[in-house]
Amino acid sequence: MYSEKVMDHFQNPRNVGEIENASGMGTVGNAKCGDIMRIYLDIDENQIIRDVKFKTFGCGAAVATSSMATEMVKGKTVQEAMQVTNKAVMEALDGLPPVKVHCSLLAEEAIHAALWDYAEKHGIKIEGLEKPKSDIGEEEVEEEY
Amino acid sequence: MKEVIYLDNAATTKTRPEVVEAMLPYFTEFYGNPSSVYEFSSQPKKAIAHARETIAKALGAKTNEIYFTNGGTESDNWALVATAEAYQNKGKHIITSKIEHHAILHTCEYLEKRGFEVTYLDVDEFGVVKLEELKKAIRPDTILISIMFANNEIGTLQPIKEIGEIAKEHGILFHTDAVQAFGHVPINVDECHIDMLSSSAHKLNGPRGVGFLYIRTGVKSRSFIHGGAQERKRRGGTENTPGIVGFGKAVEIAVETMEERTAKEKALRDHLIERVMKEIPFTRLNGHPAKRLSNNANFAFQFIEGESLLIMLDMDGICGSSGSACTSGSLDPSHVLLAIGLPHEIAHGSLRLTVNDEITMEQIDFTVDSMKRIVERLRSMSPLYEDYMRKNGKH
Repeated sequence: MYSEKVMDHFQNPRNVGEIENASGMGTVGNAKCGDIMRIYLDIDENQIIRDVKFKTFGCGAAVATSSMATEMVKGKTVQEAMQVTNKAVMEALDGLPPVKVHCSLLAEEAIHAALWDYAEKHGIKIEGLEKPKSDIGEEEVEEEY
Repeated sequence: MKEVIYLDNAATTKTRPEVVEAMLPYFTEFYGNPSSVYEFSSQPKKAIAHARETIAKALGAKTNEIYFTNGGTESDNWALVATAEAYQNKGKHIITSKIEHHAILHTCEYLEKRGFEVTYLDVDEFGVVKLEELKKAIRPDTILISIMFANNEIGTLQPIKEIGEIAKEHGILFHTDAVQAFGHVPINVDECHIDMLSSSAHKLNGPRGVGFLYIRTGVKSRSFIHGGAQERKRRGGTENTPGIVGFGKAVEIAVETMEERTAKEKALRDHLIERVMKEIPFTRLNGHPAKRLSNNANFAFQFIEGESLLIMLDMDGICGSSGSACTSGSLDPSHVLLAIGLPHEIAHGSLRLTVNDEITMEQIDFTVDSMKRIVERLRSMSPLYEDYMRKNGKH
């Protein structure tokens, strides 16, 4: 079902984790649909992404696109990171099954959400960046059984 | 090749070698069309009659009440569509449940578009149809009640006898989709007042591509597949002789071995459930703790998603299935898990494991060990788990 690259990024995801006191953090998706991505960015004073981490609740494609997207923005400037589109992530993974294309959209949105958070916190305007559409950060987590 | 641990026996089963052996002569030796008059076709004819007898006997039915089809889905379609058409002068109301297989649900939707009204009964948290609700749903124009014998996802067994009694009391036809149950639990159509019953061979170690619909004498269900005079003019199409012979053999073995086989499956299933519930936190057992198929275990693991879990289990050679949206090709998780009251995000993290009697305790232990590792890994990657731990000061 998945390409070798997708399987590789699913089995050995890069940059899983959290960043304490991150410069920017964004969570997108919705547990109802079965995909949630969270991206942490550590951005230096030259607006270069020094480090990036992610956490994802979702299918194989969701994990793989998160992993690939973090690889693609690492070391880039925030402006360059804006060029990492869902299409670019998908191509880098040698494609995704049609039903999984929305997963790659989520990766792009998660990066944008984290960049938005960074821009807000630091009073910076990033060209082309719009306010993220969805954020489930406030949503209640189900009670323990 | 790594060892495969096949825990998806609700999806399909291995065709038993004895079944394959019984089928083979009907491909190459006794291949005559059973409808033909010559002597060469008498053996296939006899073999079909024998299979029909075996199946009828297993259900406490008459041989002329068994109609071979190409599988469970056709049987379900036939039972609903042809019956609805035949009885529409009496009424246009059908009662079913929210947890039926899509072969029933989508056929009901089809009928709704053609002027029939369908009541979809709720189930309780274990997936059991509420009898009081069933009684309340009955109307003067109700012509058919269709409730599955056992659920394919969570394994819950329905109070079929009680439902049959209610149907009989009200003079309403009762159909049951017994695809998961036939050959696994004893069924007697008279005791349970069943008027129609669907079954499929490949769920009980028979071949794929063959099933039957039991239709009680007197039920005016017409043809669904129109064609030749096969199956007492009710189901056209040249008989699938090897398939029918294989089905008969599979039923013969299933009936003979039922007690011993299901006891073994139960022991495996209970060990699996016990270990998982004890060793993996934030886990829920879906379905009824006792009233369930002997081979079925269904879990929901909080904070993780089912497809990821399946792919990782597959890497360890373990075959399972999930009610996650990602595995169904839609955005919604399983309708069964939603019907028993699971929130969406938890339904996404479900895992169904269905054993067979060839599975060993060692394989179950290997599976649980693998599940523990995988669930922990996926949770360490999950933002939902992170939030939960933060909220509860465990981070």
